Amino acid sequence: MTSLPVDWLENDRRKLRVDASAYGDKIYEALTAACALAIPALVIAIAVAIFAAAWPAFAKLGFSIVTTSDWDVRAGHFGAAPAIFGTLVSSTVALIIATPLAIGVAIFLSEFAPLWLRQPIGFLVDLLAAIPSVVYGLWGIFVLIPLLREHVMPFLRDTLHLGATPFFSGPAYGPSMLAAGVILAIMALPYISSVSREVLMAVPRSQREAALALGATRWEMIRDAVIPYARSGIIGGIMLGLGRALGETMAVTMVIGNRPEISASLLAPGYTMASLIANEFSEATSDLHLSALMAVGAVLFIITLIVNAVARWLVWSVGRRRTQ
Amino acid sequence: MLQSTEVLREKRPMRIITPTVQVRSPEPTTSQVETRPCIVTSKLSAYFGETAAIRDISMSVPQQAVTAIIGPSGCGKSTLLRCLNRMHETVPRTRVEGSVQILGSEIYGEGTSPIAIRRHVGMVFQRPTPFPTMSIRANVAAGLRVDSKSHADRGATSEIVEEALQRAGLWAEVKDQLDESAMALSGGQQQRLCIARALATRPRVILLDEPTASLDPLNAQKVEELVYDLRKTVTVVIVTHNMQQAARVSDRTAFLLMGELVEFASTRELFTAPKDPRTESYITGRFG
Repeated sequence: MTSLPVDWLENDRRKLRVDASAYGDKIYEALTAACALAIPALVIAIAVAIFAAAWPAFAKLGFSIVTTSDWDVRAGHFGAAPAIFGTLVSSTVALIIATPLAIGVAIFLSEFAPLWLRQPIGFLVDLLAAIPSVVYGLWGIFVLIPLLREHVMPFLRDTLHLGATPFFSGPAYGPSMLAAGVILAIMALPYISSVSREVLMAVPRSQREAALALGATRWEMIRDAVIPYARSGIIGGIMLGLGRALGETMAVTMVIGNRPEISASLLAPGYTMASLIANEFSEATSDLHLSALMAVGAVLFIITLIVNAVARWLVWSVGRRRTQ
Repeated sequence: MLQSTEVLREKRPMRIITPTVQVRSPEPTTSQVETRPCIVTSKLSAYFGETAAIRDISMSVPQQAVTAIIGPSGCGKSTLLRCLNRMHETVPRTRVEGSVQILGSEIYGEGTSPIAIRRHVGMVFQRPTPFPTMSIRANVAAGLRVDSKSHADRGATSEIVEEALQRAGLWAEVKDQLDESAMALSGGQQQRLCIARALATRPRVILLDEPTASLDPLNAQKVEELVYDLRKTVTVVIVTHNMQQAARVSDRTAFLLMGELVEFASTRELFTAPKDPRTESYITGRFG
């Protein structure tokens, strides 16, 4: 056997053009890095633009934008507290209605439904996410609001005597915080339920068998082994639904009544930040008005950012407890 | 692995031991210790869809002894084990025929609840399956149906937890970290935790499905020693693909091949003087 020439690697490299393909790698790396960096850059650019545009309003009005509730364009009063309140309350109502329903659907689909039923029901639930929000708004105006006004609201207020509490008192106009909450619940439901269904189905069979082998009933198995295992994923799903509810504009604007007042009653009309911006941006002529709307947008942006951060933290802390 | 039957059939006429004496149980116990039967199966068959995983298995497992089930992969040994606590039926499209009596009660009887059966017949799986969100203490207590919040029960529970961990040989290692996550334990400790969890309900029978298959030799040895000790208090049925393990820990051994019980005898007899040529082929390493 003859030994290889000392510079065989050099010769081969030239022959095989190894360097050329290394350039290809570099180009590919640069391209993907550019794509990956473009997204955070975009987020930062949007944030900078919003805060820059909102700055004049904050400089002139200070925190009265978030703390006062008088929104009078002509008088130059821009107090968005009712809209902030409305956004938070309508989203909370939505989560209170949607979470148990969505988790119930997810548990049924992943644990109980016969195999032939899982696909169709799962598909229909997911389809809720595909309906345009303006269609939800129309449905809200023509179906949901009359239903709430004629039946649900009188039932809650008078039959159940919840009218004695501030939360269900006052006249039932129809357009209300409750209507917005119900619409948002329906819109957030598919997000929560499909994420929950996926994480429930991802719970390993060994965990289920371990519970069953201890003599657990099906329900005990789900409660003690399946749901705790899937907990962090379910919380992630709920936060995704909350994010959806906070930012939803069209459907809410059509059913919430658009009245900038803080009322404890869910039967009373309200306002949200998103509907405030959507209603007024086209008529905003003065610089301060436009800047105040931008300031409301900035507040909404910060709230969604906080929700996402909390969601991350919840998912992380629940997941950490598991792996430790 | 399963070139088995054809090869065996060809070889059979050439063998000196004639396959005339088919050892089929129930048969009188020949081991030194005379014990009453704990589990008696008769004509037990289990199916996945239309495929039979085990066929017509009749055997009698002695009380307070270790019974090993050996055989090549896919021979149905795990399925047989899972029929003994009605876990087989938790898989969709499966069914069981025949009968299994445990301490005189038919577990497949009309109106018998599989839940109740599983509380008296514990099971440990191939891979450790601690509940990851629970503490060590909660894991051991998972099978107990008590309100852990009331103080009277809490005392009783911690006694049971300690006893179960003692029996599983884990108490000394974890007694100072009972409230930490079970995931902090090593694989071998997790497996002994699962054994403790199965023991906490004080079952009469405990089923082990290849409990050392995912463990390193040192931890496997610990679990083996534990199994050896358990016979004093419970009836143990252990599935293993490791013949040395079966020889070390068990009193009686069943050899399964392609869903059929080929031979069931005292471990010494089965490994030193197998009556069936297929058993001999398997234990001498000719296949499997």
